[in-house]
Amino acid sequence: MTTVRERLQADAAPPDAEAAAALAAGRRRWLLLAPALVVLVLAASGPLLVVLAYSFLTPGTFGGVRWELSAEGWFRVFFARDIFDPETVRLNHAHASIFWRSVSLAFQTTVICALLGFPTAWFIANRPERTRAVWLFVITIPFWTNLLIRTFAIQEVIRNEGLVNSVLMALGLIQAPIQMLYTDFAILVGMAYVFLPLMVLPLYAAMDRLDPRLLEAAYDLYASRVRVLWHVVLPLVKPGLIAGSILVFIPSIGAYVTPRVLGGGRNLMLANLIELQFGQGRNWPLGAALAVTLLVIVLFALFVYLRFASKDEDPRRA
Amino acid sequence: MRERGFSIARIPGFGVVAALTFFLLYLPIVTLVVFSFNEAASLSRWGGFSLHWYETAFRNAQVRDVAWRSLWLATVAAGLATTLATMAALATTRTSRFKGQTMIYALINQPLMVPEIVTGVALLIVFAAIRVQTGYYGMGYLVLAHTAFCIPFAYLPIRARLETMDLTLERAAADLYASPWQVFRTVTLPLLLPGIVAGFMLAFVISLDTVVITEFVKAAGQDTLPTWMLGQLRRQVTPELNAIATVFLMLSVLAVTVFFILSRRRP
Repeated sequence: MTTVRERLQADAAPPDAEAAAALAAGRRRWLLLAPALVVLVLAASGPLLVVLAYSFLTPGTFGGVRWELSAEGWFRVFFARDIFDPETVRLNHAHASIFWRSVSLAFQTTVICALLGFPTAWFIANRPERTRAVWLFVITIPFWTNLLIRTFAIQEVIRNEGLVNSVLMALGLIQAPIQMLYTDFAILVGMAYVFLPLMVLPLYAAMDRLDPRLLEAAYDLYASRVRVLWHVVLPLVKPGLIAGSILVFIPSIGAYVTPRVLGGGRNLMLANLIELQFGQGRNWPLGAALAVTLLVIVLFALFVYLRFASKDEDPRRA
Repeated sequence: MRERGFSIARIPGFGVVAALTFFLLYLPIVTLVVFSFNEAASLSRWGGFSLHWYETAFRNAQVRDVAWRSLWLATVAAGLATTLATMAALATTRTSRFKGQTMIYALINQPLMVPEIVTGVALLIVFAAIRVQTGYYGMGYLVLAHTAFCIPFAYLPIRARLETMDLTLERAAADLYASPWQVFRTVTLPLLLPGIVAGFMLAFVISLDTVVITEFVKAAGQDTLPTWMLGQLRRQVTPELNAIATVFLMLSVLAVTVFFILSRRRP
């Protein structure tokens, strides 16, 4: 069949005409793509290379850079020099603590989102077909609304005069308001709040594909609910859990708005440290080196995820 | 299942946690909206219902200025991003594999993967150099930055729509001697339109939401609503901010609702 068609086509169009048609299709494709690619290279990918280049230059006196090669920016990411004796080098404790806070807060955010998101996704996946879309909509609505506005909303709830403290005091549980705002706890609450839907959606997608007959089989064999959850559900939705964890971890570790608003400028995370170098710090190469470091962490997380995803790929879906 | 009183889907405690999650998700938003109608200047003490703070916000020239800039920027950037994304989607779907495909997908989706702060400082560096070279300080930088950032958000629903579209209609049109442009105008475009509108809505919401990139790219006097709010949060805030936030919240919800309805409709 195909051979006949091929022969007919070969008769209809001489080989060079066919090649010309393929060439025209290719040209049309690149013409359609060109504007988007130009914008993306100009304002997304290209500037990343410039950041990498800037991380190897010398800071200018009033911000900016001097065009002299230097590894000082990268050196300062990890080390600090003594003020009185520049030859004395020690580990940069301020940076180390900020790195640690960022990683640890991002990790805790991921765990909280998983603990809240897993039952929520399960709940949605087990609604009747008709109402499921509505529940999904309800969970995504906050996600698409302004991040700053949601952070502001959290601030209003956990302030000293906010809803939580007012209710607790009215109930007589506490005498003085608990200081929650401007602490690491506030950042944690804010990030978990803001990024939760990113955990629920992939988990839901995995649970939606779960074959209910497997659960029935397990129950028929007298498995307890805990055993079914642990030995049947969890292994099957693991790809969704990993996807959700990566999706929450990546924006958490790069979070700028939440620590700035809820951390009150004292509890810095990586993004705030980067901003500082381009503002008061006036050390663009250090800022650039920190930005590249953050990017590497994020790409590493993505890489791990892709490795996991290809290994855990459900054969029935392929 | 229900007759026997045993549901395989029920796991003890999950319902409670799910209810708690939904409650926690909406508590701050509802509080924010409720206190925007507070008569008193307090964000915790209820002083009676009033539209006072909406009026105050509306009369505030600065608020009007930044709100209009946000809406203008979101419209222009989402419009551009949707146009470019539509062209890119037409070029990258419904074809056999071609050279450079992986690289193109990586380029298009790159803004989704890179943390906003990194994009922000990268644009700060590049645009600062361009500003010095050209002396141009206009809104072009913000438009360019937002457009690039919005492209993947517009691209994804449009591509999804294209992939589920019926090819036979276009073939039929071509068989009836329609020129490629006529096929596109009268068959492809109308079929694709829900995807394009959905993409635009998503891009619009994302542009309205973007604060970090704007903060780094904007020149003096180019505050958008989010960057202006970010500055305000450092001071003592009044329900005026709640009123502004509520209006923008409603705008986003409206756009997202349109997006959901359109992207759920199958061709």
